[in-house]
This record gives sequence, C-alpha cells and structure tokens, in this order.
Amino acid sequence: MLDDRYSLAFKLYPYERSADQDAAQAVRHPVIVVGGGPIGVATALDLGLQGIPVVVLDDHEGIGQGSRAICFAKRSLEIADRYGAAGPMLDKGVVWNLGKVFHEDRKVFEFNLLPESGHRFPAFINLQQPYFERFLVERLRELQADGAPIEIRGRNSVQSVEFHDDHVRLQIDTPEGPYTLEADWLIGCDGAGSPLRTMMGLDFDGRVFQDSFLIADITMKADFPTERWFWFEPSHKAGASTLLHKQPDGVWRVDFQIGWDVDRKVELKEENVRKRLDAMLGPDVEYELVWTSIYTFQCRRMKKFRHGRVLFAGDSAHQVSPFGARGANSGMQDVDNLGWKLGMVIRGEAPDALLDSYCAERRHGADENILNSTRATDFITPKSKISHIFRNAVLDLAERFEFARPLVNSGRLSVPCVYDGLPLNGPDALTGGPARTRVGSPCPDAPLGDGFLLPRLGKGFTLLTIDVEAAETIEADGVIATRVALRASDDTTGALAERYLGTAASAVYLIRPDQHVAARWESFDAAAVQDALRIACGKG
Amino acid sequence: MTLQTKPNIADADGFYADLIAAHDGLSEDESAAFNARLILILANQIGDRAVLDAALEAAQARR
Repeated sequence: MLDDRYSLAFKLYPYERSADQDAAQAVRHPVIVVGGGPIGVATALDLGLQGIPVVVLDDHEGIGQGSRAICFAKRSLEIADRYGAAGPMLDKGVVWNLGKVFHEDRKVFEFNLLPESGHRFPAFINLQQPYFERFLVERLRELQADGAPIEIRGRNSVQSVEFHDDHVRLQIDTPEGPYTLEADWLIGCDGAGSPLRTMMGLDFDGRVFQDSFLIADITMKADFPTERWFWFEPSHKAGASTLLHKQPDGVWRVDFQIGWDVDRKVELKEENVRKRLDAMLGPDVEYELVWTSIYTFQCRRMKKFRHGRVLFAGDSAHQVSPFGARGANSGMQDVDNLGWKLGMVIRGEAPDALLDSYCAERRHGADENILNSTRATDFITPKSKISHIFRNAVLDLAERFEFARPLVNSGRLSVPCVYDGLPLNGPDALTGGPARTRVGSPCPDAPLGDGFLLPRLGKGFTLLTIDVEAAETIEADGVIATRVALRASDDTTGALAERYLGTAASAVYLIRPDQHVAARWESFDAAAVQDALRIACGKG
Repeated sequence: MTLQTKPNIADADGFYADLIAAHDGLSEDESAAFNARLILILANQIGDRAVLDAALEAAQARR
C-alpha cells in the first residue's frame, strides 16, 4: 500500500521513524493534516505559527514532479507572505502583464493586466508548482528550527479512519509497518482524488468536460517575449486551442487541446508530442522537452467541506478546470480561512460553530471559481454548433470592436471572492466607503511609506483606523482586536484613501486574521466593535 | 446616437453564458429562428435607423 503514484522533484521529507510508532497507546495530536502538498503544508504553517501542534502525513517523501499549477495569484502570495514564505516565490517567479489572443493565427487583440500600483505583490507570478511547494516546506523547516510544533512525516499512508465525537483514529502504513494515531481534528488536503474523502464515502459531484489537454513544458533557444499567448483554432492544428506561457528556468508551458477520444500512451510518445510542437513552432525552432502530461478535468465540489472533526481543503474539497488559475489559488484561500478559525476553536476562544462558517465561506468561493472556470471552458471548447458560431463571432468582432473583447474568455484570472452576505459579516456602515473594501472583502494592499499595509494586518483581529481616534485594544469574550492607527496622509500616493475611505472623512475597519473585512464604520464605537467581533467569531 | 462599440454590458460573462444557455436543446433551425427573433427585438429597442445601419455594416463578414 506504499506504491509510488508519482516520481519526486524534491525529496524533502524522507521517511523517519517517529516515537509515536513505538508508543504503547495511540498518541493523540491536536491536528493531523493528510497530504503534504501546497495546501497541507500551508495549513501546517498557519497552525504552527499560532503555536498549535500539527502533524502532516504524506504517502510520498517529497514533492511530485511536473510543473502542474504554474500561475500563482496576488492573493496566494499575500497569504504565503503571512506565513513568511513569499519572498523566494517572488524572487523565482516570472511576472507577466501582456496577453495576446489569436484566432486562426490572426492576432485578435492584446491585453495588459495593467497592474494597479501600490501593492507589494504583482497580479500573478508564473512558478512551477514544485518550487511553490518547496518554498513552503523550506519555511516549515525554518519554523521547526525556531521551535514551532510542526512535523511532516513522509511515507506515512493513511489506510483507514475511525470517527468519534471528539476525535478521529487513523491507521497508518509506513515502510516499517503500521501504527495508529488519534487527532482532535483531521484536515484532508490529499488532492482531487482524495483517498480520505473516498474512505469516508463522501460525495464529489459535478460536471465532466469531454476534452483532453496535452501539456508540454519545453526549453527553447528562441527568444519569446514573457507574455501569455492563447490561440483559438490555430491553423497548425496541433490543438483546437493552444496556450503558451512562460515559467522560470527558461521553461515554456505549451498546452494543446487535443479532444476527448485520445490514446494517452500514443499521444505522450515523444515523437508525437514533437509533431505538435513542430507544427506550432515551425521547423527551425530548437527545443527540449522537460515534462509532458495529459489531463482531463471536472468542475465539482463536495456538498459540505466539514464533516464533524474532519475538514477538507483545496482540491480534495473542490476541483475546477485549469482556465483561470483557480485550483491551487483557491486552496490557499481555504487555508487562509480555516487556519485562524481552527486555532480559535482549539484555544477555546470561539465556539465549534465557527468552523461551519469555513464551509459556508469557502463553498461560496468554490462556487464562484467553478462558475468562472466553467464559463471559460465553455468558451474555449464550445459544446454545440451554435455556441461555436457565437464564440467565433465574438472573436471576429473583437478584432475590430472593443465591445466584444470582454466577451473573449480564455480564463478569468483568479481573484479572491468576497464573502457577501455570509454569517460572520458585521455592519457595513461606512457611508461613501469603496465597494472593494465592503464587508466580506479581502483587504487590498496599499503603500505606507517604505512598506505596505497588509503585513500590518493578519496577526489576530485588527482594528484599522484612518484619521479617527479609537481605543488601542478592544476585547470581547476574551478575543482581542489590536488597533493599527493610520492617517490618510501616511500614504502620499492617495491609494490608502482611495481604497479605504472613498468619500468618507474617516474609517474604522474591523479586520479578521485572514485580512477580510468583518465590519466598518466612519467612527469608533466600542460597543459596536465588540458586537462585530463576537459575530466574526461565530458568536453572533 | 452612434453605434456603441465600447464595452457596454455589465457582467458580460454572465450575459454570454445566458445567451448560450438560451439555445440549449434547440435544433439548428430553432437556434437560427431564436437568433432572428432576438435580433428583431433588440433592433426595435435601438430604433434609431442610423445606428441600425451602422450595426448592419459592422456585422458584415471580415474580408
């Protein structure tokens, strides 16, 4: 039961015998995470930074090969920055702004992401998933060295799970035989094929897309610009659509849409992959193949992300098409959402019901991501003749008329969702306040002199005040919000005022540990903040 | 009034999805008839002959 499902890019957590394996009785841990991928390791970082002991179990000994997720959004970097892991990602990642769209080889139009200034992180970086994971594991090792109570155990494969009211019991296989562990809380981060979800017999329903995509990562001598190029119906016929995207190390991702009825083995033969690449690149371009893979996908999610003491995060809970980079990015938002809530429940600061809001909020996010990625997929791979006719009419018109360009959909790139109308939200009482910072929104970054706003938020609850007096701390039932006092003039570019004041003269924001807005007002009222704080902790 | 060629539809993705969904289950002839009815309804909404003439021109196939 310890078969390799994939080969490793980095062997970062080789099997080591744990004292738990020699214990007379099953050892109980506060939190066990199943799956050492990006979402599992990020979960461990979030909890470990709160001082909560966490054990990550992975059935392999490191990070799987293959670039896989390559597009990491600003919000993921901001979350990783909260964990102290974003620096190396930013250093290694490729930043791109220009995208070009082609139809039958003609350029239809190009777009610039036109990044808004005054953010620490770019809208996106392209980075092979193994690097993203490695930087998270390296950060985990740093925290361990500083004494954080995090463990990661390679070659620990969960074989069965037994459920009790106040804990779960796991049978685990290792190269040295089985052992048993118990956990107060179990987090399933074991991917789209989640063995844990299967063991629990839980649903995972959605829509299958009848198309396959062939990925070829290549290195080229040719000098292509750092841009995202997307072809609809290219004349080279190597794919019904084709995407070219730059990654670090001089690697290009080429993604060919190759139809549903394909023989994977035949298509993945090097000579056949090369035929497609030659057709696309022309005969004179030299390149080397780094990695190839064929994928199909579904858009689906679990009905509930929480099942008693078990919580699911990332692909194990929801799966989307890759168009729009909403897979790993939404998983990072799951972690961001779950970490502080689980921490508060474990510390006894919030009721168990707070964890139900994890399901409500992230299901809302998953639905938004599934909607967006489904629309992109339907545009890229039209399912009926009339839908194909409309698609091509849009591309035709987009070349000449600006109005049609917003209809061209080769993936709406991942932005974090706003938890509009959900139960943890307090009053949105800032008249004239900007829509983008309404209650439920993730806080947008803003420059503050030599630094930025977001690093000052996210350590517990924050009371952000702009041009208004307030108490330095506010407490409600043992939960404390700490003030960050700013003046609009702290940011001479005006971005802070534009993003947080709008036309209001002053503002008070209650901000959750995941940097989402819990409530906002024009002036400070201690009782109102206390009420909002209770609501945000699931005591409303 | 002149022909609007700048983006003018709020939630363009949502509109497009609804437009395509409106054809679900229709035969090709039924789809063509649906489109004809839709165009006539929208044309009446526009009303302005100069704008309609410009739209007829804009919709000509690219050469």
